[in-house]
Amino acid sequence: MAYPPAAHASPPRQPSVKVILTAADVSRVVDRIAHQILEKTQGAADTVLLGIPTRGVPLARRLAARISTFEDIAVGVGVLDITLYRDDLRRHATRAVGPTQLPLGGIDGKRVVLVDDVLFSGRTVRAALDALGDVGRPASVQLAVLVDRGHRQLPIRADYVGKNIPTALAENVKVTLAETDGADEVKLYGEAGR
Amino acid sequence: MIRHLLSGADLDAAAATQILDTAAEMATVAGREVKKLPALRGRTVVNLFYEDSTRTRISFEAAAKRLSADVINFSAKGSSVTKGESLKDTALTLQAMGADAVVVRHPASGAPHRLANWVDGSVVNAGDGTHEHPTQALLDAYTMRARLGRLAGLHVAVVGDVLHSRVARSNVLLLSTLGAKVTLVGPPTLIPVDIAQALASGIDVSYDLDAVLPNVDVVMMLRVQRERMTDSYFPSAREYARRYGLDAPRMRRLPEHAIVMHPGPMNRGMEITPEVADSPRSTIVEQVANGVSVRMAVLYLLLGGNNL
Repeated sequence: MAYPPAAHASPPRQPSVKVILTAADVSRVVDRIAHQILEKTQGAADTVLLGIPTRGVPLARRLAARISTFEDIAVGVGVLDITLYRDDLRRHATRAVGPTQLPLGGIDGKRVVLVDDVLFSGRTVRAALDALGDVGRPASVQLAVLVDRGHRQLPIRADYVGKNIPTALAENVKVTLAETDGADEVKLYGEAGR
Repeated sequence: MIRHLLSGADLDAAAATQILDTAAEMATVAGREVKKLPALRGRTVVNLFYEDSTRTRISFEAAAKRLSADVINFSAKGSSVTKGESLKDTALTLQAMGADAVVVRHPASGAPHRLANWVDGSVVNAGDGTHEHPTQALLDAYTMRARLGRLAGLHVAVVGDVLHSRVARSNVLLLSTLGAKVTLVGPPTLIPVDIAQALASGIDVSYDLDAVLPNVDVVMMLRVQRERMTDSYFPSAREYARRYGLDAPRMRRLPEHAIVMHPGPMNRGMEITPEVADSPRSTIVEQVANGVSVRMAVLYLLLGGNNL
């Protein structure tokens, strides 16, 4: 027997979707982060960008492309797969392992900028730092994210943030990029829209 | 992902390809400064070996350790097995010690299948009697793919003591699944009459090695398993070597790109001459190195998630 709805229950929420960044916004944000990286790293000398799959990888490539447009300097780009370093491995079915590709010359003694799409709990970045320690010894590590949605569970912060989005924990931020999903967009889904 | 790996037939093309792809990522760890991944931290892998083995046991041990698992090695010699303990009682002991995976080699065909019913963890067959040796087939497939770029459409000759070879059986099953064509070659006494039909469709049998060699991409030599032979299957070692041994003149009949494989341990001078075994076409040492990567992939895919 189904229970009747409680008298004080609120009406079911409509799934709400809000566009946070349009394609043009994403492009402007990437340009700005590229400028900020150049500024903070004295012209991106000895700097490599490492994208965290999935969407950190195309973002890292775009940043490198913009940096070389602005200052005519080639920045090394790579991919850092963090699957085997996750702290929730055994809470899910086995995850497929992806490739880790370091730029030519490696990362030893370099300034590494980790690139990801959304900064949330900070656990992905923690895993990335562990993975990084196993593939080399960078001089320093920075973090660039397209969106910071808050709710950190670890003492981690980003050096470059495309946009800060205040969110409720139950909300969901979805980044799509042309390379992986066909179009650039950042959307915020409300509780019922998850 | 499957829970146990007991047979080459446990894997469909997608699962086998996933293992090979994962192994390719695991292989990159061997070239790093820190040759270790944290994926299986806190898991226990027991190597349960009732038969002598060098490369398989060491390979599984290295694989488990590179994934940060705890490894317990058990060999029948020097254990309570010599006092008459049964496989089941040994299994229950391991179970009580909390083994997450049991890698088992046993002289009786089917022992790993029995074991899989007695323990909660994953069971990996590391060779059972004359039955199967699936991780060897996976590392052979990985080696072929790494050397020749593909598996589908390859023509593989498996030569020698097919009757007693668990390597041959697992390879036939896995290679057929992955789209390669297999021809079994050897003296009629060492190739069971109905094996081609029994294992997989599209398997050819030939008794003439020289006729097969010009048409293959891979020739896999099998060890003549004297210790399992209860009859005289061929008149003399010398005659066997003359008809089915791979020597330099025979190797020259192979196409330019073809590779020579052997699961080891080799009887040099019997099924393969030292000249061939040590030639650039031989992948025998590569197979050992690839074995660690492939076994890392298998252990990770069986134990990495919550699919226990």
